[in-house]
Amino acid sequence: MQSTATTTLSARAHRRGPSVRRVLLSDSFVLYLTLAYFAVVWLFLPRIGSPRNLGNLSSNIWPLLTLVIGQMFVLLVGGIDLSQTAIMAVTSVSGALLMSSRLDPELFAKNPLWGVLLTEQGGPLGGSALAVPVAIALMLLLGVLIGLGNGLAVAKLRMPPFMVTLVSMFFFSGLAIFITRSENVSYLPGRFLALGQDFLGHVPTARGPVGLVPYSFFVGMALAAGAWFVLARTVLGRWFYAVGINRRAAEVSGVPTQGVILCAYAISGFCAALGSVLYSARLGAGRPTLGENVLLDIIGAAVIGGISLFGGKAKVRWAFYGVLFFVLLDSSLYMMNFKFYTVNIVKGSVILLAALLDVLRSRVRAEGAPVPRTRTEAAPEHRAVTA
Amino acid sequence: MSEPVLQFEHIGKSFFGAVALEDVSLSVRGGTVLGLIGENGAGKSTLMNILGGVLSADAGGMRLAGRPYSPAGPADAMRAGIAFIHQELNLFPNLSIIDNLFIDGFPRWGRTPFIHRRQAARRAAEALAAVKLDVAPRTRVERLTPGQKQLVEIAKALHSGARLIIFDEPTTSLTARETQRLFELIERLRRDGCTVLYISHNLGDVLRLADEIVVLRDGRVVQTGPRAQFTVETMIASMVGRQIDQLYPARRSTPGDKVLLAASGVTEPGIVRDISFELREGEVLGLFGLMGSGRSELARILFGLDPFHAGTISLGGKVRRRPAPRASIAGGMAFITEDRREEGLLMEASVADNLALVALPGYRRNRILGTVDQPGLRRALEGMCTALRVKCVNPRSDAVKSLSGGNQQKTVIGKWLLSGPAVCIMDEPTRGIDVGAKHEVYSIINDLAARGTGLLCISSELEELMGICDRILVMSKGRLCGRFQRGEFDQERILAAAFEGHLERGPEGQELEIRSTAPGAEVPNPKFQIPNKFK
Repeated sequence: MQSTATTTLSARAHRRGPSVRRVLLSDSFVLYLTLAYFAVVWLFLPRIGSPRNLGNLSSNIWPLLTLVIGQMFVLLVGGIDLSQTAIMAVTSVSGALLMSSRLDPELFAKNPLWGVLLTEQGGPLGGSALAVPVAIALMLLLGVLIGLGNGLAVAKLRMPPFMVTLVSMFFFSGLAIFITRSENVSYLPGRFLALGQDFLGHVPTARGPVGLVPYSFFVGMALAAGAWFVLARTVLGRWFYAVGINRRAAEVSGVPTQGVILCAYAISGFCAALGSVLYSARLGAGRPTLGENVLLDIIGAAVIGGISLFGGKAKVRWAFYGVLFFVLLDSSLYMMNFKFYTVNIVKGSVILLAALLDVLRSRVRAEGAPVPRTRTEAAPEHRAVTA
Repeated sequence: MSEPVLQFEHIGKSFFGAVALEDVSLSVRGGTVLGLIGENGAGKSTLMNILGGVLSADAGGMRLAGRPYSPAGPADAMRAGIAFIHQELNLFPNLSIIDNLFIDGFPRWGRTPFIHRRQAARRAAEALAAVKLDVAPRTRVERLTPGQKQLVEIAKALHSGARLIIFDEPTTSLTARETQRLFELIERLRRDGCTVLYISHNLGDVLRLADEIVVLRDGRVVQTGPRAQFTVETMIASMVGRQIDQLYPARRSTPGDKVLLAASGVTEPGIVRDISFELREGEVLGLFGLMGSGRSELARILFGLDPFHAGTISLGGKVRRRPAPRASIAGGMAFITEDRREEGLLMEASVADNLALVALPGYRRNRILGTVDQPGLRRALEGMCTALRVKCVNPRSDAVKSLSGGNQQKTVIGKWLLSGPAVCIMDEPTRGIDVGAKHEVYSIINDLAARGTGLLCISSELEELMGICDRILVMSKGRLCGRFQRGEFDQERILAAAFEGHLERGPEGQELEIRSTAPGAEVPNPKFQIPNKFK
């Protein structure tokens, strides 16, 4: 039987009547939760609503959103992509090595590529006018290729996604450190840095002008719009859901399941590379350990948003709300001067709460469903009788 | 005879305003078999769930052996000696029989937490002997046949002291022989004083086993009485609430000459051997065979889900080298699988999403972007829902798992019909659905044939195939060993052909012969009985 705690909770929610139900079951539930949390924190810590902090929040949201959207596709088809952070690291350093206009021989002379591709004048594209677009395109391509590799192993060889992506996480994060000998790669073109650091429009405040809309916003929004379009409007989108709910039934119905799974991992790789562009630009360097702490944020935000780890349930707006909540939580905790370990403890508890809420919501939803009238549907209950 | 051991008194139950049970009163005498029948949604499961403590009644009460009985949960029901043997068995396949029997209470060394393995083995052996199951107690459950698993389940129930056992559709996945053994066991349980509640859509079985029969319709008891008062026809009439004169609609069309699907010498070692046949335009071709005869496996090979070693399969005149589902669908083939839940439907998704799945690529508005023509698709889906009379409130939001079995099956059929197939393979198209829905499925088959679709229908119910097919092929042990034209259908000959491969096998094969040992059953096996009216 289900746990008594959730049973009573959902019973209570049910007694409270339809309004509670509507809020609980609403697609925007996490958004309401975020707004409520913001309001509460704001009462005690008005600083959280300052223009500077809002700008900061907004530039934290978009890079994480790109990653979560990628992860969403993989979760949707019932997989998981642990290699996203490694893809970030490896694309970050390779992009940076390509674009960098100056490399310190003291740091990079031991690099295997020193003298071949890398010199004191930087990478092969160092100083070139096309450096930024070409490097970004190559970073994205590399992300897609790694994603395809993961996808091939999962779809064609039918290996478990957890194993496949764990292995590629180790491999590519190792590779990122290997090709840089663990050094950050800096001296990147200004136009690249602008992508992560500059804002469109400024608001004057007492402590100087504060940015309004970060460039990363446009990148994140474009990606979100594209992802929404694919999921809601295209045949491929329907296939993602079908494969996630029941791969065998999808296969029998003529869905090219292997292609769909391959696609999901490629998208995840692409999004990881795109996130890597935003994070590296903000950091101003290619970093071999980029994203090493982000993996839990990605999965946490996805789960908080309501994306199922079992596949078949995902929406772009859920991903967005999850990220919003997570970033807000993170920032509020740091503003309260908690240490990083305290922050992690709280984050962990919040993910746990989110999972609990999800159970509660599905119970409330089930209670509102039409009468269980069929034998097949009542099956789980029968199971309980003999258990 | 004996006192009522269980009484339902004015039981009422509704879910959010929808009445599931209303004023249900009935009593069950100890040591008898009560047959409980009704269409899907009639309230049988709700009633049994109330008995089993899973749900609580809104009104009325129950008495067990005269004393008021109101279980707070399934554990209460178990303690009161009530056990539920469900169709989807509830064993741990990766554990041994012993572990399964004692999972909720191993014999231990005194009060220590250590398992007394020898005692467990001995008691397990006793429990298995009680149901005459002759396998080693250490066998892992996944290695058992469905019938043996069921016996383990029964052994578990008896072992825990159950005196009232509920069987819900116990025979759907059993072979004829296993069914026979189950019936013998139920007879024995009755003689030993156990009370049995038997729920089944197989009316012949109910008629044979039950001492008394109760018919539920729309949450009410509509008829109750001793077996002698019932025939299959009156049972159907009382379940449906109207007379179904013709369960099988008359065939309106005759097959054409064009061959749509042809197999020649199809062989896969150990599965099927040298299968050759042709399916023509507008033909309803039946494929009959016992469990394990290779009929479903052949269907999977034809559709491209499983590989084959030798022979050729041609679809629409084109020989197919390596069939695969996608290519089959592109070639105009549809495949309604036997396993609705695992392979037929996306149970969590809406009716509309399920219906759309196969035909989706045909509703692309823009080939490059792959956008879906939403209005066109919606019109097509609504049309299909109406045409097949899929009963649901809102096809776009109702999850398909909330529908009754019959409506789920219509959804599976609908999703294939949307793609306009030329050849349709149906594996057990009426399994687990009620009489009314069966009739509708037969009508759909008839309509499809009239439009020129070739249908290959697989069923383990011979009577059904004899009712709807133009021709019947019989499989046994992976080979085709009988072909019968409409007009020369003869159930004895068809059955003989189906058992052909088995009878060669000496002493063990003998048991497979379907001879009833129960007194009072006048037909060889009621499962194959054909009510005169439907012939």
